[in-house]
Amino acid sequence: MKEEIELIKDGKRLDGRGFDELRPIKIEVGVLKRADGSCYLELGDNKVIAAVYGPREMHPRHAQDAKMAVVKFRYNMAPFSTDDRKRPGPDRRSVEISKVCREAFDPVIMRELYPKAGIEVYVELLQSDAGTRTAGINAASIALADAGIPMKDLVSSIAVGKINGEVVLDLNAVEDNNGEADMPIAMIARTNTITALQMDGRLTKEEFGRGLKLAMGACHQIYELQRAALVTRYNQNYESKKEEK
Amino acid sequence: MYQVVVPGDFLSEETKRAGEGTYVEEGKVYASQYGIASERGEIKVVPLSGKYMPSKGDVVIGRIAGISFPFWIVDLASPYEARLHVSALSGITREQIEFGNMSEYLDVDDLVVVKVMDVNALMKIELALQEDIELRRGGRLVEIPHTKVPRVIGRNGSMIKMLKEKCNCFIFIAKNGRIWIRGKEDDMDLASMVILKIARESHTSGLTDRVAEFLDSFRKEKERGLRG
Repeated sequence: MKEEIELIKDGKRLDGRGFDELRPIKIEVGVLKRADGSCYLELGDNKVIAAVYGPREMHPRHAQDAKMAVVKFRYNMAPFSTDDRKRPGPDRRSVEISKVCREAFDPVIMRELYPKAGIEVYVELLQSDAGTRTAGINAASIALADAGIPMKDLVSSIAVGKINGEVVLDLNAVEDNNGEADMPIAMIARTNTITALQMDGRLTKEEFGRGLKLAMGACHQIYELQRAALVTRYNQNYESKKEEK
Repeated sequence: MYQVVVPGDFLSEETKRAGEGTYVEEGKVYASQYGIASERGEIKVVPLSGKYMPSKGDVVIGRIAGISFPFWIVDLASPYEARLHVSALSGITREQIEFGNMSEYLDVDDLVVVKVMDVNALMKIELALQEDIELRRGGRLVEIPHTKVPRVIGRNGSMIKMLKEKCNCFIFIAKNGRIWIRGKEDDMDLASMVILKIARESHTSGLTDRVAEFLDSFRKEKERGLRG
């Protein structure tokens, strides 16, 4: 057992947040000119860029599905995104995260509208500080909407964890590395449908319930931010054009 | 005023009026696309982006992407490739076209105006050639997202009519967002610039008037420039 590090002081976390507080989120829609849809998102010190291409012809051909579109999801960390240089390219971890993230979007993307086609989602982490997959899912959700892909809803995602025996929201890297548990979830805020849930570490049944409730509440907050980013993009343009005139 | 919606936004409870860009769940209509909600007639979402989906009867500009005897493979700026059979060319018998010489008639990168005759469930697309519009010489192609095409045409064709008059160009707008312009070089420069401007500002109101103003001031400035 590792020696316990003090992560909570006077009821506050090391970065000054309360137990149920998110890190600041910044969202920008349509940052890439050549992608069909894109999004840049910051979740605290996580910096992620998501790009969506398609629906377009699926390659390789044998992977096509005659009934619906195939979604390809690539989660990738830049070599410079971590403290120690990460060996570039896919590894066990990123392949697994890609699969989990792809499946988080399964209930929302209306794949049956595009038989044989492929929809490609690329999530690139430029800087990481724990909770990268949740940041990636949040960004990918917006990029998919920006690409005009028919979806039932947006997907929002956040992690909860346990540090020094307390259940807290949205762990940062220090907390994640020295905490007892980390549990990322993704969900459809409107219907409270959970589309992805993972857990690393141990939580009691009671802590799990508390954590889930905390995360679901936070997903509603994130959903509002995602929605606002998409909506203001066009309203803002409208305002600035008026001023130009 | 227009209302921007995102996937999952609640639109209405009148499921019978649900149109494009929406879906019905538990007796309610929700948006399935990121776009602008419209309640004229049916409840629908006019998307702000997305790929062109071929549908029967559409007239589109295709680009020859490959040759696979006896078909030309045609790119329609959509997720699906279409095939054009050699028999679509008029005035040429099947015997005249052989395995090696299809490129003499239509080569890779040539543009063609085609009509979508049929799209089946597997997205196999049948095309017919429309030979009345010549797309080879003296013009240029402008590509915009297909979602912006209605805006370039304008209500009852008001925008396109004005563009044709003020730019002195022949303009052909295809449903897949490809636009063919033919005219004098500087007229074409102006037309393509304005079309891209319309596509960029397609979601704003009063666009036709603003474009008219822009074209007039551009002309005036140019005349002044020529004199000076």
